[in-house]
Amino acid sequence: MIITFFILLALLFPLLLPNSYYLYIMSLSFIWIIAVYGLNIVAGYTGYLSLAHAGFFAIGAYAFGLLVTKTEIGFWLAFILAPIITTVIGTLIGLVSLRTKGHFFAIYTLCVGYIIYLVIDKWESLTGGVRGLIGIPALPDLGPISLSTPTNQYYFVLFIMLLMIFIAYRLVHSLVGRTLIAIRNSETLALSLGISTTKNKLLSFMLSTFYAGVAGTLYASFIRFLGPEISSTTIMFDLLTYLIVGGIGTLSGPIIGTLLIVWTSQTLQFLQDYRMLIFGPLLTLIIIYSPRGIVGFITGLLRNRKGEKKVATVQVEKQM
Amino acid sequence: MFLETRNLTKSFGGLTAVKEVDFSVEKGKINAIIGPNGAGKSTFFNLISGVYKPTSGQIKFKGEDITKMSANKVVKLGMARTFQTTSLFENATIMENVMVGHRLRTKSNLFDAVFNTKRLRNEEQECRNKALEVLENVGLLDVKDQFVANISQEEKKRTAIALALATEPEIIFLDEPTAGINPEETLALAQLIKKIGESGITVCLIEHKMQMVMSLAEKIMVLNYGEKIAEGTPEEIQNNEQVIKAYLGGSVHA
Repeated sequence: MIITFFILLALLFPLLLPNSYYLYIMSLSFIWIIAVYGLNIVAGYTGYLSLAHAGFFAIGAYAFGLLVTKTEIGFWLAFILAPIITTVIGTLIGLVSLRTKGHFFAIYTLCVGYIIYLVIDKWESLTGGVRGLIGIPALPDLGPISLSTPTNQYYFVLFIMLLMIFIAYRLVHSLVGRTLIAIRNSETLALSLGISTTKNKLLSFMLSTFYAGVAGTLYASFIRFLGPEISSTTIMFDLLTYLIVGGIGTLSGPIIGTLLIVWTSQTLQFLQDYRMLIFGPLLTLIIIYSPRGIVGFITGLLRNRKGEKKVATVQVEKQM
Repeated sequence: MFLETRNLTKSFGGLTAVKEVDFSVEKGKINAIIGPNGAGKSTFFNLISGVYKPTSGQIKFKGEDITKMSANKVVKLGMARTFQTTSLFENATIMENVMVGHRLRTKSNLFDAVFNTKRLRNEEQECRNKALEVLENVGLLDVKDQFVANISQEEKKRTAIALALATEPEIIFLDEPTAGINPEETLALAQLIKKIGESGITVCLIEHKMQMVMSLAEKIMVLNYGEKIAEGTPEEIQNNEQVIKAYLGGSVHA
């Protein structure tokens, strides 16, 4: 229900607000949403808080940027290859980092993220270092569809985002999703039910890096300039904030969290860095009073209202 | 022998939690392991179910050596278990919790999930049917759509047993299935355990409540300080001097 409404609104957005700046902010939000969905799969549904996510986002962006500026393989092939490269690197890192659990996993991946940042920052001959990577060509036409106007680019990003959300939706509602949730819930119990936790955790990590790769690739082709700061911990914690405010482990959380914070952030631009005075306490309150974010809070209310009617055959957060 | 351990030993640093235990489970019977607190009962369970790797010794299940097998593979062979403290998913219904118990018998992967293939739909139905079947067995069919957060301790215990049954086991290990529930509920659970035994699934339980063990089990092993001090029928155990000294304190009607 809410999803349909959201899609309609997103489709009509350029007609309602034909302002290229707003379209730019919205398209960028959609790119962040894709990255947040990836984080949600591994941290929200599998229970492994990966803090290397911004790093994988940057790997996707730089893989695309480098392929398209330094090789002759062409824009669209690079566009497809970059997320795959990210996933391959992600899988290798996952194989090592998933040997740790809980806080250790979070700290380990935080270090991995920082190493990715350092590599991008220091490997000047490849990445351009602090000067950044420039010269990424504009989005070429996709067959008969021109992607040169902000409106068309907006729809392009929207389409890919919806596709990624759809994949996440299918995943969460399938046996595979249930398996991941079982692992988040209790790894010992999952093992005792014959579930290979190693295999499923790696799958989840792979998938999350794929999402980061797609988001990074889109970012690079949309912004056309890359600096090492996209892999910084600032971006990482932005993504995490979007997820936690919206609702970690819920399907609509990433959308709600990202849009809410990006737009509030926009309206509060005049406050500059003092905006954090608002977001800091907000985040703290949410973690204390509603660990599953805004979506968790709303579904909790809905479930209480349904009370003893026993109609809750479907897990409430799945209806969202 | 259906399941047997030979010289099974587990040391944690200098502490030997389980020491050279020879134990066997006969197919189709209700077996029990008793012993004072800290006797190594749970460790013994964890060794058999592959959670811990033994320091030395051997475990055989249906003639196959499973000593070094990982916990999830042991379950696939037909050995299920429950835990003392069950960690169910509180934010989901009983039904949803139990469905994943049959996951190990399905093959759907990421590809099936994304493209919602026929195999996935069939297997989801299979899991749903299995969940309904085991929920009926444990008597939770009426409350299957309740959220786990809202059900009683006894219902949680039943849900945990249902989860274990959903893996289609030939033998089920129950780690203190009646810990923390009242006498009436204990009686009801004892009946359920009996029913599981009668349905052809071999049962092996750890239990503190003596009366229940004596009336339920057909074969009992007694552990004390990690060592087996007796094994036999309830009568034999009740009359065993060593057991009385070590554990029962002179009275079996505790």
